[in-house]
Amino acid sequence: MSATVTDNNTTSELAALLDKQLVATAVDAALRKEAAIAFRTAGLPAAKAEEYRFTPVTRILEKQFTLSQPTPAGQASRINDYTLAGLEADTLVFINGVFSPADSSIQKTTDLTILPLQEALVSHTALVLKHLGQYADTAADAFTAWNTAAWTNGLFVHVPDNKIIERPIILYHLHDTSEGQVVTATRNLIVVGRNAEVTILEKYDSAGASPSFSNQVTEAVVAENAGLNLYSIQHDAGQRHQVGMTRIQQANYSRVNTFTFTLNGKLVRNNLQLVLDGEGIESHMYGLYLLTGDTLADNHTVVDHRKPNSFSNELYKGVMDGNARGVFNGKIYVRPQAQKTNAFQANRNILLSPTATVNTKPQLEIWADDVKCSHGCTSGQLDEEALFYLRARGIDKLSAQAMMLYAFAGEVLTNVKNPVVKEYLDNLISQRLHKNF
Amino acid sequence: MSKDNQVLEELTSKEYEHGWTTDIETDSAPKGLNEDIIRFISAKKNEPAWLLEWRLKAYQQWTKMKEPTWANVKFPEINYQDVIYYSAPKQKVTPKNLEDVDPELIKTFEKLGISLTEQKRLTGIAVDAVIDSVSVATTFKETLGELGIIFCSFSEAVQKHPDLVKKYMGSVVPVNDNYFSALNSAVFTDGSFCYIPKGVRCPMELSTYFRINAANTGQFERTLIIADEGSYVSYLEGCTAPQRDENQLHAAVVEIYAMKDAQVKYSTVQNWYPGDKEGKGGIYNFVTKRGLCYGDSSKISWTQVETGSAITWKYPSCILRGDNSMGEFYSVAVTNNYQQADTGTKMIHIGKNTKSRIVSKGISAGHSQNSYRGQVHIMKRAEGARNFSQCDSLLMGDKCGAHTFPYIDVENSTARIEHEATTSKIGEDQIFYCLQRGIDEESAVALIVNGYAKEVLNQLPMEFAVEAQKLLALTLEGSVG
Repeated sequence: MSATVTDNNTTSELAALLDKQLVATAVDAALRKEAAIAFRTAGLPAAKAEEYRFTPVTRILEKQFTLSQPTPAGQASRINDYTLAGLEADTLVFINGVFSPADSSIQKTTDLTILPLQEALVSHTALVLKHLGQYADTAADAFTAWNTAAWTNGLFVHVPDNKIIERPIILYHLHDTSEGQVVTATRNLIVVGRNAEVTILEKYDSAGASPSFSNQVTEAVVAENAGLNLYSIQHDAGQRHQVGMTRIQQANYSRVNTFTFTLNGKLVRNNLQLVLDGEGIESHMYGLYLLTGDTLADNHTVVDHRKPNSFSNELYKGVMDGNARGVFNGKIYVRPQAQKTNAFQANRNILLSPTATVNTKPQLEIWADDVKCSHGCTSGQLDEEALFYLRARGIDKLSAQAMMLYAFAGEVLTNVKNPVVKEYLDNLISQRLHKNF
Repeated sequence: MSKDNQVLEELTSKEYEHGWTTDIETDSAPKGLNEDIIRFISAKKNEPAWLLEWRLKAYQQWTKMKEPTWANVKFPEINYQDVIYYSAPKQKVTPKNLEDVDPELIKTFEKLGISLTEQKRLTGIAVDAVIDSVSVATTFKETLGELGIIFCSFSEAVQKHPDLVKKYMGSVVPVNDNYFSALNSAVFTDGSFCYIPKGVRCPMELSTYFRINAANTGQFERTLIIADEGSYVSYLEGCTAPQRDENQLHAAVVEIYAMKDAQVKYSTVQNWYPGDKEGKGGIYNFVTKRGLCYGDSSKISWTQVETGSAITWKYPSCILRGDNSMGEFYSVAVTNNYQQADTGTKMIHIGKNTKSRIVSKGISAGHSQNSYRGQVHIMKRAEGARNFSQCDSLLMGDKCGAHTFPYIDVENSTARIEHEATTSKIGEDQIFYCLQRGIDEESAVALIVNGYAKEVLNQLPMEFAVEAQKLLALTLEGSVG
């Protein structure tokens, strides 16, 4: 089912590189070594591998990257162009995968722990090792194995029991490719205690003309009755390729909201996996992809209902223009014990140009009988009559189109809770719609 | 819950109705598959050289192919050398008319409810019956002949209409399309052939009945339907097999070729032996069915009611090549005990303003697994293409599974695609409503299931609709989720 073993040079080259980079004295050396072996076994996905049918990541790595070439340091000064203004938050900045303390600001507090993962590995060894690599499966996905073996840094958040954290945490992942290609592997670990709640936002940007590749893995554990809001804003200009895996483990009565906005980039692959390992869980997954040019955005989501009485809802919407390709695969698993599950999924697409493509594959796999599950997906274009209505009232075609697309995107945007983030995205999206489409 | 279990017990204890064998002497090839067997089949059927060559080429390709593993079904590996590829009811002379046909055979068909005798003429169905790979008799040939319609067994078509066969065989399902189509191309023994000439509306339903009778045999039939410009035909296909402990292989190929303005409606009621309660025995039904809407404004409609087979692996598809052409797929797939079904359709939109509609209803009970797998592909040229798909699953009991794998690939911005799927069980409120009105639980379930499948059953021709409804009631009556 997953990545088929390929006997290509890139896999062996990368596997050798991963082996070479292993440091025997690292705190998580055993984990990394195991992952390197898993990577060699799995291999990068072959051209026809089902899970990567439309997303030629292996070919891109082969053709455009020299994996042995070291990643340059990047310039810290560039980060100011990409930050969210007016948002009171703890921020961590990673430039080309390296934590930049000078640009980051973390408020001193006893309420929670926010650290770069490398530091946490030393100061909170037991807690980190308890969770690190326990959720994201290295055997199922070669990129996850690669990341587990070679991650450089990332975020560690621990919210203790009964703490509601209002102040969001923002991660900026900047790729500065002005001095050559950039390849990064970053890793986040989020541990939310019982009855606690936290909001985390990740923003991906890049500067420079050379290609870059990022391999990103986030693992989150959400304890009983806890909440997690996870935002991802992918707004990379140009040549960024990104493969991300987010795996969230949910306990009884927990609530998770995820938002994925893909607004730019060359190739973006988002794996989002929610494991509902408890009762009374509520999960919402929202996604919006506005694609132009040659962008390929591929969202693969999994909701795994393992216990009874949980609810999941998924809404992904996309607009494709130019030569863009939108790929969606949403899996819903309902295990035999998970009776009384309610699971819903919708994927809606608009194609604006004759050369844009959408490939969607919703997938329900259900082994329990007392459930309500549904999925729906559509692909179409803007309603001619509505366009005509607007134009008859003196609104030019482009504005009318932008207005309608904005309404289309609105269904996702309206679910964003934080007002500053909402306003920022709102501006970003309406600008995009007026300018680019 | 105990009531439910009891009802489910009853349901699972329903025995297969068609599980008898007919004691007819058969003329079989030795077990196994090699070039000699293919030569043997070809010689037995007195085939021209080009066909033997075609078969051998297919065999060569088959040996190079691998059995597909992507379907959501599990079964022990098939030993293709352990199958008898040719088994024909032994007859001393070729029957000239019905009186010459072995009376045992006639009885077989009477048991099946399809009589080849005169009285059935009243129902107005022309039947071509295929038993263990060989077409036994075709009725109504003369009536159809007057209109220029050719409806005969495949082997007869090879002898009498070699040009048509040569031109269209393999044009819709190429030999190397997949593992089972290649196997079929190499060893197919008989099947039906149908040609409807220009502008002719076939006045009656054409029907084929397939039956696997001898042990250890596989049935590899091939159906080819050619609908010339502006013609119309409705074609029915039914299948049964006796109860046996070992698994039997059925790998058929159906090809439909529709020219300009032609319409073909193909209905199947598939009731192969599904295996017993423990999942022992049963037919492996690996079928490739495909229709090509070659001409503009042509239409192909598939309707299937799948209740039998241990494993069903079948995707009746439409290639919508002509502008304004239309494809339809209506399916009810019922699985019970340890049956597994992986079925669905492919709608490939190539021409402008092509339309397709998919309605699939899955019902799983017992320990069965029921999957819908479908693809809607809108190619770049297909301006204004339209698709509507609906696939619903009904679960009865907590040990079965329902899965959907729809693929939607759109390369044209003017296309409009809608897809929706739901999975649920029979509502307790619906059952309660019926009970309250004095309808017992068994009848209530039959009522609800029939209502659920109605959209599809309505598409069937009358004679089949009655049979299908009975089949549904038989398999599922009384089961409450």
